[in-house]
Amino acid sequence: MGEFEVHRVRFFGLVPAGVRCMAYQHRGCRLALARTDGAVEVYNFAANYFMEKAIPGHQTRSVEALCWAAGERLFGAGLCGDITEYDLERLHPAYAVDGFGGPIWSMAANNDGTQLAIGCEDGSVKLFQVVPGGVQFEKNLDRQKGRVLCLSWHPSGTHLAAGSINFIRVLDVRSGRTAQRIMVNYHVPKSKKRECVVWSIAFLSSGTIISSDSFGRVQFWDWERGTLQDSHTVSTSAALSLAVSEEEDSIVVGTSAGATYQFQLLPVKTGGQEKRWVKTKPFQHHTHDVRAVVHTPTALISGGLDAQLVIRPLMEKVQKKSYDAVLRKFTLPHRRLVSCARKARLLLFQFSQHLELWRLGSTNKTGKDGEVLPLSRMPEHLLQLKSKGPEHIYCSCVSPCGSWIAYSTASRFHLYRVQHEGDNISIKKVPGVPKLLLPAYQLQCASDSGRLFIASDRGSVHVVQLLEPGGCKHLHTLRPPAGTREAVYLLASSADGNWLAAVSGDWEAGLCHHCTVPTYSCAVTALAIHPATNNLFISYSDQQVGLFEFSIPEKQYTAWSRSVQNSGLHRLWLERDSPITHIAFNPKNTSQILLHDVYMLCVLDKSLPLPDNNALLVNQSTLKQLSEPARHRQLHAFKICKKFQPLLFADLLDERCLVTVERPAADINAELPPPVQQKKFGT
Amino acid sequence: MFSFDHESNPQHVSDQKPLGCWSVKHGQIITCPVVCNFETHEYIAVHDNKVLRIWKDKDVNLDKVFKATLSAEVYRVHSLPHAEPLVLFRGGGVRTLDVLLEAPQQEIEDVISDEVIKWSEAFLEGQQPVLIFVTEKDGDFFVYVQKLKMRSLHKYKLEQQELSNPLCFTAYIKKQIITLLCLYSSDSIYKVLIPLQQNSEEEEQTLSKSLLLNLSISGSVLKGTSFVVLDKDHVAVLGSLAASDEESKECLTIWNTKFQTLQASKELPLGTSGQLWCYGEKFFFTHGKVLTVVIYKCETSSLAAAVGKLKDSQTSDLCSFLNWNTLQDEELLVSCQSQQSAALKSESTMTLRSKKSTVENIQPGASTIGQLLLSIKDASTAAVEDELRQLLSKVQRPDFQAAIGSVISALINRCKTDPAFYPRNFLIQMIQKRELSYSLCPDLMAVALEKKDVHLLQICLQRFPDIPEEITYACLKVFLSISDEYLERTDVDLESVISYIDIEPNNKEVKTEVVENGFSTELEEDGCDVTGMKEIHMMDSVEFCPVGPQKAALLNAVLHSAYSETFLLPHLKGLPAQQAVLFLRYLHYLYVKCSERINTTLPGVLSPTVSQIMDWMCLLLDAHFTVMVMLPEAKRLLSSMHKFVRAQVRFYSELNKIEGSLQELQRIKCQTDTQAYSIEVLELI
Repeated sequence: MGEFEVHRVRFFGLVPAGVRCMAYQHRGCRLALARTDGAVEVYNFAANYFMEKAIPGHQTRSVEALCWAAGERLFGAGLCGDITEYDLERLHPAYAVDGFGGPIWSMAANNDGTQLAIGCEDGSVKLFQVVPGGVQFEKNLDRQKGRVLCLSWHPSGTHLAAGSINFIRVLDVRSGRTAQRIMVNYHVPKSKKRECVVWSIAFLSSGTIISSDSFGRVQFWDWERGTLQDSHTVSTSAALSLAVSEEEDSIVVGTSAGATYQFQLLPVKTGGQEKRWVKTKPFQHHTHDVRAVVHTPTALISGGLDAQLVIRPLMEKVQKKSYDAVLRKFTLPHRRLVSCARKARLLLFQFSQHLELWRLGSTNKTGKDGEVLPLSRMPEHLLQLKSKGPEHIYCSCVSPCGSWIAYSTASRFHLYRVQHEGDNISIKKVPGVPKLLLPAYQLQCASDSGRLFIASDRGSVHVVQLLEPGGCKHLHTLRPPAGTREAVYLLASSADGNWLAAVSGDWEAGLCHHCTVPTYSCAVTALAIHPATNNLFISYSDQQVGLFEFSIPEKQYTAWSRSVQNSGLHRLWLERDSPITHIAFNPKNTSQILLHDVYMLCVLDKSLPLPDNNALLVNQSTLKQLSEPARHRQLHAFKICKKFQPLLFADLLDERCLVTVERPAADINAELPPPVQQKKFGT
Repeated sequence: MFSFDHESNPQHVSDQKPLGCWSVKHGQIITCPVVCNFETHEYIAVHDNKVLRIWKDKDVNLDKVFKATLSAEVYRVHSLPHAEPLVLFRGGGVRTLDVLLEAPQQEIEDVISDEVIKWSEAFLEGQQPVLIFVTEKDGDFFVYVQKLKMRSLHKYKLEQQELSNPLCFTAYIKKQIITLLCLYSSDSIYKVLIPLQQNSEEEEQTLSKSLLLNLSISGSVLKGTSFVVLDKDHVAVLGSLAASDEESKECLTIWNTKFQTLQASKELPLGTSGQLWCYGEKFFFTHGKVLTVVIYKCETSSLAAAVGKLKDSQTSDLCSFLNWNTLQDEELLVSCQSQQSAALKSESTMTLRSKKSTVENIQPGASTIGQLLLSIKDASTAAVEDELRQLLSKVQRPDFQAAIGSVISALINRCKTDPAFYPRNFLIQMIQKRELSYSLCPDLMAVALEKKDVHLLQICLQRFPDIPEEITYACLKVFLSISDEYLERTDVDLESVISYIDIEPNNKEVKTEVVENGFSTELEEDGCDVTGMKEIHMMDSVEFCPVGPQKAALLNAVLHSAYSETFLLPHLKGLPAQQAVLFLRYLHYLYVKCSERINTTLPGVLSPTVSQIMDWMCLLLDAHFTVMVMLPEAKRLLSSMHKFVRAQVRFYSELNKIEGSLQELQRIKCQTDTQAYSIEVLELI
């Protein structure tokens, strides 16, 4: 197939924010996750753990707790003292209600999801009723000094356990009185007494309260008597987070040393009645504090300050030993943070509050496979564009010619004109940007850089004409014929400017303005329109289906797509655990398509046969050792390269030139604060 | 199940709700606790002293269930697992339920005349139901033991106690002995042992009692009302704690009888009925108006736990220190536990001699140990050995440890006077099985040394924690002086050497030769430059053990024993030069063997550690420095050792030097790896 000149970029200094809290919705198999920068993400476990929704963060809006309540409504609360409901269709905070108790440290929803309890800085626990369209203050429960760091409802909803510094309280919800007060470091001699922070708490239906505290202990209390039933020290540093399985027979504990532990309620003797909590499995997947853990029926999920989301399936709960039993780690977002100006060879990196524009280097040498070529020009950091205000950036884009840069925050849309004069660069804000309904969820520039497509809510797409030397005009707004409430999160335009594909949150791949691709009950992770054939190429998060090719002119799936669906994709291809986040095409060869996910880059050659399950899927190194005729027999459509990992972005600049943006885990770790000191033997 | 005056009421503890409730008619009174016959799942109640009622779960009305009116008043019904329930009448007569039901109106004999039954309990001893009950008459207490199958009834009188009388009893049976515990009003618990196999038919023996526990805690006294036995070291007492200045509080306490300490207590402010039951590691008692169930757990008692210093519950391994307080061997304890009933844990008790005992010069019931000591002095070897075997096969009693000490001392004395007498097997068995120590039988090792019983010495060195350095040295000297040929014929435990020495008696001769050769060749080389090749050569030269495996195992036992340098050094100076060199050579061999392994530990059980080897080497060199310098063969050995150690030192210092370079390399590699930008060629086929 040939050699590529690969521009291997590792200077994108993205540091994903740490995971602060998580909430799992059992019915919808969705995990809501809040990061330390206030960003909220929703992962759909049914759709192969795809990050379905992302609400960018906000400088002043930290999220300390997340709750699913009243069905599929997501609430967050944080140190700004507000309860916020998130609009998961328009992907922004819908409203905020002041808790009037100072910073909110904890929030918990009762089993029915009708009431929210918040724990405040001033030591109060307040109840809010979840009503349609909002939350309503219901009452204050007994207030005691000391911030309420964690809350847990008794499954029956009659009592609330609240953890503070040095003590746990059990509150009667109906009377609002403190029914029990348990001192957690009662047994510590007075001389050694330090402040003991109860970081996390769980209230079981049996009346047992489980607490994890800053001494690294996991303790089991009888709430009625206030007695300690059992105490396990899991760590010398703090045990920060705790989650209980629905059956209440297993818990997971996260510590600040990065370790997570599973405890299980096991019979003391086989077949016996008496059961005890036993520490069964330790895991060390994180390097930093594990601030959030979730126990789903089949997996332990932990999120750490090292920004990793780790899903550790419980082998005994997984039906078949297959794909489901694999440990998964997610560090990088499933969203595109890099945009590439192919013609100008520029890369635009999107950070939470600024953008960076880089020019790629070049070389005038050629070489053999694997060689590193000497650079004739170094890559250049052209400009840094800081976003004003506390809001984080939703999306950004650079035009293919490199002369337009656009980005959007929750409330503002910015368009800049970049002038390249030799090596000098100047930037000018485009005045008179049309007042659009914001935020914009995705920006896409037409390939001739003449138009900008702005993805908006309710499935609409605004089309803005970019005018030389630095102006713009709102042409029209495209709306889906059927109407949808969800925002558009992916866009793709055709090279000839006739077609635009848009995907909204309800997974409908809308096609402006002719037809809709048949809906498939799974999230679209990437899509692109082929410049020559106008075939729409779609990848889904579902591992069973994966790839589709839809011919726009003929309004039907192509013959190749049908053959793929008939013969099925290779087993190993289906078992990849990260979604394809970008699709690009070879401008010179219509049958070649570039796909990539975090761990691999693949050039799909439609002219070659598909591999069957017996064939070797990742066969590049094998092929290189074969003779020409033997090689020919072994060829198949998937040409996979796993050299570049973890891959944030890959694109074809031209038919012989690739650009890859990697973000090695070591680089991320180097920028994180040092973890809790751990004594290692011999150091 | 609860029995009230008018109703009985079984409950499921975990569910906390009643399973059923039956009441007798108004005017009738249930006169003894209702029991459940687990064989048939029937409930048995007695109301109005004489009317027996038997019903099942599905019966609703107690009036309509089976009824039998008896001729005598019932004191209590006892239900036993896998046996018929026993009915004890107020007159002391006992019937099994099936016998009674055949003819309800049968006449019941009056065993006790004016005495009143205070307490009763039933056991199964080898499928045989045994009933024990305590009666009182004018301040005297009597114990009756009735074996139903044997139709035997024994009456004992309980030793009287000044100014106090028993309040509460509990008993358990183990190994044909009933242990009766009595809580006295003097706030003490006494233990009474009642042998079940009583052959003498004499009337009214008096039972002596021994103090088990004094219920006092630093000034305050626990007024016990009832108590239960938890395991061999623990009892739980329910009572009120009365301090001198405060008002009394009711509380549940757990006591360790071994260390006489209060292990745990729980205050019961709402008051109790004074009764305490215990089934399956749970206490049951009424607290206020509710029945409280408390789960307990008794850890294996140790002194450390009793004084609250227990750090780790891990059991110590073979080379642990002697626990002076452990009276029993673990092994025996297990066997005891398997035999005893589930409710009661093992308890050290004295076994009375069984009738089968055939040794004629020992009277039944007499102190066995004393007799044994006498017989050791003059009886024939065979007789003594027979005696000793019997002693070993018996269960120990609390002072068994001391008794064994005196037995061994007596044996040793006999050995000293009578050279032909040497019960070797018994001694080995004793040392291996019991946790003996040097100080308990000081002359044992001396005699063994005299007899050159190397196996016994080996075991002693491995087991005893307190061997004086003098004896250790004597052992070493003996081991080194005995020839390998002699040792080959002896039975020595080779466990510590088996995994690193080849035991091939055939080519042993060849090996020794090679050792010599190896050393001499090594010696001729005189270069200070050390290369890897040379090191390998040196390894070769000491590849063969300078001593036979038996001797090596014995020397390992010496290396393994504890010592203090200051005390050992003067003795070590007396070691003959040849032996010192041989020992040094062996140590050198061990050291090389250790160094061959990456973790510098020899494989196998009880094999010496590298620090033990090094310490002995240094000690030996300190003791014999001048001699070593003079002796030509020692010189060779020393230079070989020096070379080896020097090679090691150099090797490690070189490693240290290149550590920096290696780190630098790694850093450089990382740098190239983390280059922020590069243009590479990728070929896809």
